[in-house]
Amino acid sequence: MQTHNVTIPVSPKAIQGLKIMDKVLLTGVIFTARDTAHKRLCALIEEGAELPLELAESVIYYCGPSPTPPGEICGAIGPTTSQRMDKYTPQLIQNGLRVMIGKGERSAEVLESIHLHEAVYLVTIGGAAALLAQHVVACELFYWEELGAEAIYRLEVKDLPCYVAAL
Amino acid sequence: MRVIPAQVVYDRVIEAISQISYFLDPEVYSALATARRTEQSKLSRDVLQALLDNADVASKQQIPLCQDTGTVVVFASFGSDVFVEGSSLEEIINAAVAKSYADNYLRASIVEDPLYERVNTRNNCPAIIHFDQVPGDKISLHIAQKGGGAENMSVLSMLKPGTEEAEIVELVRQTVCGAGGKPCPPLIIGIGIGGNFETCALLAKKALFVPVEQPNRDPQYAELESKILKTVNDSNVGPQGLGGATTALAVHILTAPCHIASLPVAINLQCHSHRHAHIVI
Repeated sequence: MQTHNVTIPVSPKAIQGLKIMDKVLLTGVIFTARDTAHKRLCALIEEGAELPLELAESVIYYCGPSPTPPGEICGAIGPTTSQRMDKYTPQLIQNGLRVMIGKGERSAEVLESIHLHEAVYLVTIGGAAALLAQHVVACELFYWEELGAEAIYRLEVKDLPCYVAAL
Repeated sequence: MRVIPAQVVYDRVIEAISQISYFLDPEVYSALATARRTEQSKLSRDVLQALLDNADVASKQQIPLCQDTGTVVVFASFGSDVFVEGSSLEEIINAAVAKSYADNYLRASIVEDPLYERVNTRNNCPAIIHFDQVPGDKISLHIAQKGGGAENMSVLSMLKPGTEEAEIVELVRQTVCGAGGKPCPPLIIGIGIGGNFETCALLAKKALFVPVEQPNRDPQYAELESKILKTVNDSNVGPQGLGGATTALAVHILTAPCHIASLPVAINLQCHSHRHAHIVI
């Protein structure tokens, strides 16, 4: 298990240096999205409408953080199960999504799409949400506030610990 | 008849929810620490160390152990000689859930309509509450925060009465292997055997409240628990599904009488955060 420091946007060269089960310390801007946000993003793509975030070279974290207490940067902020996003993921990858962060296994279709488009699937540690919060330097509600925990949040992370699960 | 003011129950439920959000069960902490020492792969040890560090950070900084602060599940046993004055137990528990989730910045994770609108209720209500009545003048509340990831990987199977023990072991193995990293292993596995369709699932859920280190009182079932634990840990699912010998920390079985034609088996998976409390008032 090698450890790599990776900065966003993740270049194809940086991806080439990674191996399955290597550890990645990720730094840069990422966006959270869960089930409903995925459904809405794909609906917008199909309509040809403008998306709330630029998908090209983006990093999406499957996460619904707990609320931020006053004076804190963020609440608990661990991954949710990636599999629920599988039916939307190939469409997002085709539109430029580069890195996904979540937990658990992916479908064969998603794995194929990741491989074909040189994307990366990282897993981070489910249930280590308090620890992962230590790697968040900024957190703001970004879009679809009405979704509560399922809204899109913009995060700035520093050395977020992940493991390479699919290339 | 003993009378308990609603406020007393309300305060105790709030305290319990706050406690389990931030403080990992010491038995789970100890089991994770043991696994951290014995795991062979560097990756598994890295993951287990992160879970121990997470518990330390959560308790020190009062950050929830997991962002999925779950559905609140309560098993309430009412003594036949006790009366709660001022409100129904269901109202008290839901008011306590709403208050503790707001005050502690816990995530509201419940949607009102399950299929169509799926609008968040914003206060994590309603809790799921099971009542039963027992002799005595006390109220016992087993409270859990049950995350969605592990709950989604749980199964109920209506087996045939002639089913061999080995087939049940295999069913659990398949369930755990099929779930992989999704339910956040290392797991606690609650198994219900017997009863009917709905009580079997309740038994599996109740089994999660058995103390981690406590084996079944019946030696046959205690042995079955050990066999299942060994089989599951030989599966190499490992912490977070990334491989290793620590897929589950404990297996607990609860049983109930069942129909001559039936053998229901329910498997309820619980993640390593295993947030649960027991209050007696």
